[in-house]
Amino acid sequence: MTTPTILEMRSITKEFPGVKALSDVSISVAEGEIHAICGENGAGKSTLMKVLSGVYPYGTYSGDIVYQGEIMRFNGVKQSEEAGIVIIHQELALIPELSITENLFLGSEIGRRGVIDWTEAQLRARELLQRVGLDDDPDTQIKNIGVGKQQLVEIAKALHKNVKLLILDEPTAALNETDSQHLLNLIVDLKTKGVTSIIISHKLNEIEQVADNITILRDGRTIETLDVHTGVDEDRIIRGMVGRSLESRFPDRTPHIGEVFFEVRNWTVQHPLDPSRLVCKNESFTVRRGEIVGFAGLMGAGRTELAMSIFGRSYGTYLSGQIFKDGREIKVNSVRQAIENGIGYVSEDRKSLGLNLLDTVKRSTVSADLKRISRGGVVDALKEYDVAEEFRKRLRTKVPTVEEGVSKLSGGNQQKVVLSKWMFTDPDLLILDEPTRGIDVGAKFEIYRIIQQLADQGKGVILISSELPELLGLSDRIYTIFEGAITNELPAAEADPETLMRSMTSVKKDALI
Amino acid sequence: MKHLRQLFGSRGGNPGQYGMIIALILIIAIFEGLTHGLTLNPTNVINVFQQYCYILILALGMVMVIIAGHIDLSVGSVAAFVGIIVAQAMSEWHWDWWQAVLLGLVIGALVGAWQGFWVAFVRVPAFIVTLAGQLIFRGANQLIGNSTSVAVPDDYQQIGGGFIPDFGPNTGFSNGTLILGLVTIAALIWVEARGRARRRKMRAELPPLWVSVVRTGILVLVTLIGTYLFAAGSAGTSFPIVAIITGILTILYGFITRNTVFGRQVYAVGGNANAAALSGVNIRKVNFFVMANMSLLAAVAGMVYVGYAGASGPADGTGWELDAIAAVFVGGAAVSGGIGTVAGSIVGALVMALLANGLQLINVESNLQQIIRGLVLLLAVAFDVYSKTQGRPSLIGNMFNQFRRREGEPAEAVQPQSIDDQTKVSLP
Repeated sequence: MTTPTILEMRSITKEFPGVKALSDVSISVAEGEIHAICGENGAGKSTLMKVLSGVYPYGTYSGDIVYQGEIMRFNGVKQSEEAGIVIIHQELALIPELSITENLFLGSEIGRRGVIDWTEAQLRARELLQRVGLDDDPDTQIKNIGVGKQQLVEIAKALHKNVKLLILDEPTAALNETDSQHLLNLIVDLKTKGVTSIIISHKLNEIEQVADNITILRDGRTIETLDVHTGVDEDRIIRGMVGRSLESRFPDRTPHIGEVFFEVRNWTVQHPLDPSRLVCKNESFTVRRGEIVGFAGLMGAGRTELAMSIFGRSYGTYLSGQIFKDGREIKVNSVRQAIENGIGYVSEDRKSLGLNLLDTVKRSTVSADLKRISRGGVVDALKEYDVAEEFRKRLRTKVPTVEEGVSKLSGGNQQKVVLSKWMFTDPDLLILDEPTRGIDVGAKFEIYRIIQQLADQGKGVILISSELPELLGLSDRIYTIFEGAITNELPAAEADPETLMRSMTSVKKDALI
Repeated sequence: MKHLRQLFGSRGGNPGQYGMIIALILIIAIFEGLTHGLTLNPTNVINVFQQYCYILILALGMVMVIIAGHIDLSVGSVAAFVGIIVAQAMSEWHWDWWQAVLLGLVIGALVGAWQGFWVAFVRVPAFIVTLAGQLIFRGANQLIGNSTSVAVPDDYQQIGGGFIPDFGPNTGFSNGTLILGLVTIAALIWVEARGRARRRKMRAELPPLWVSVVRTGILVLVTLIGTYLFAAGSAGTSFPIVAIITGILTILYGFITRNTVFGRQVYAVGGNANAAALSGVNIRKVNFFVMANMSLLAAVAGMVYVGYAGASGPADGTGWELDAIAAVFVGGAAVSGGIGTVAGSIVGALVMALLANGLQLINVESNLQQIIRGLVLLLAVAFDVYSKTQGRPSLIGNMFNQFRRREGEPAEAVQPQSIDDQTKVSLP
């Protein structure tokens, strides 16, 4: 092995106030290889790539980036791109209304003194498109070509910037099978032409197929680097990704599980913008009284989409499916109907979907069920105050008075306000989407206890979480989701991180119970 | 400092609120000086209310529109459109004044439903809908009135130019106004006492007694001065009827925005529409009614103005949208929606009214007047935007917060979020 190293990141440590996102991460990429980075959500993959591409400028992290033998001090994406490092994000950075040509040269227009030379641009565009195997007219608007082709345009754009090191963040997450394959072939093809690639992906089968080496990150640390050519299989990767012991950081609880009272049958939902994509594929599941049901899946698997589409069709386009509660079919066509039918939904995005940050704790607490504390459309201020106070005490929200603005609260306390808001609607089924995201450990424990108390009151709880230990520690039963479909269902007692991760990364069904 | 805030209401803490009170006092003081006491002359005060009460009425609707995150540029044209119909109903079809008023309200509501429909259901931005409305209803006004003025009968003019009738012993003042002033003072004291009782019952934090006393004291003093000014005008004048209409509307809309479910929903939609939708708020309904209500109030303003002017003309209401919008922003509302109060907007409206009046009194040319009023609007919004970009309510507040951050506030806001942690969710 004498291939020169193109990139070496040495002991990278990146801290955010209070959190160490990366600690002592090292990675070495050989010239002309495809290097995969694997890890759970939040393992630090994207942070590492942001450090590499200069999004987090030199000085905000410690450690060295050695690129082509030199220590680099990037002060922004522009500089890393000049050095030949181009990152393609999961959310494509193309402008839908502009043509392929216009997008290709956006920011590096071909021309003189601000006047674009369209003839030259066209010629260059055709040449670039040919290199990525795209035969569309360069005048086509981006919005008129599919996501798969858009990815190719992104790569062509990178080629135009003389890319030497191409970083792809979840490149196939939004693509179908054929497009994915096409893209992967292109990356392999580019490799033969001297372009090194770093690929971040949750799809282990794809990584196995194209990568030469795999570096595994976990909790902001490098765990190991595996050489694919010496025979690495998915199980081996998964073990590296999840291999941590479950700490006892969950309150004790003896579940009292009753009858099935909530059932979703054949739930099928279309992507809101792209009718050719299904975000929920014929999914069916049940929830029992007093039960905490976990939903495991990687980002983009369709967990939030499923939850929100059930919650009054607030996401996507409903195609088919039925919801039953206590044996009778219920209509849940709007959020209002969902609330009236005793369904509550705590969003994963507390700040943009969960709270009005201009409001006070008091007003937020009652905002999902104003009817209950008002008469003839007039809010009863006394009742409102009492309700807010009661929840403040019950959930031990740390706030001087309930008249305080929610924007001044810490994440954990804001989450408690959101939980109060939904507990006040007295739901039978509460859907919690990443309820502990961005919350410190102490507050997490308290929120776990609240969740358990809700279940013990006989409510059904659906828990969506990216943290496997959390799912395993809290749930009574777990469903796994992969690409919009439920791939497995198993009692938490029989689940372990490896089994879950396997079902979360492939359609293979393990022994269904 | 905390108690000082409580002086200006329980939702205080927003420096915009002191800002506008200071602006009001400043404007009064400046013009009182420049006009050598003419500004606070009883005759002038009465005149200000009669001439400019349309700003106050429009501000009531506009504050809700702006809280919900919209804007209405059509209010002047809608007012003129309703005005000309009402004037014609009386002068050509010989309707009674109350029939004409009812007709005006119905037309206002219909116009509102029209604009609300486009904003809420077709989701054309309110800016465009009402810009179109400005043209449409201005044109309709001139079409109906043949671009000429239509006079209204005397009994109708009472609405805009009339006063509480005089009665009782000759005290040298208007007795009706005196009684109204006393009733208002009693009401102010009762409201404050009731508020304290409620907070005690809620076991909420009770502001010290002196805060209540000073707050009520200031309001009572203002009422006393107002009562004197209205009661001591020249013979035959007293408290204007338009001011009574405006007062009732102010109390009504203050109540709606603060105490009703609908009011809450308006704030929720403006503050975070996605969160509101996920809390079961019918956003379309809220947008529809907010826009419809604005046109209804524009109709009221138009009718009142026709009464004051004695006729409805083709140029009535031009530039009213500027006054109303400026009033709301001077009153502390936020351009991005979600923030604003009726009380603040009324103070803002008084600032705009006194500004226009003062400039007239010192004989500033009308073109220069426009420039000044335009600048006031610009500055009021600039102040809001500036506070927003600072992320803090004010410069000083910003400095204080930086100190607090260093002491190790929960660093939750900068929690790392990898790109793959962000699922884009678009709501219907």
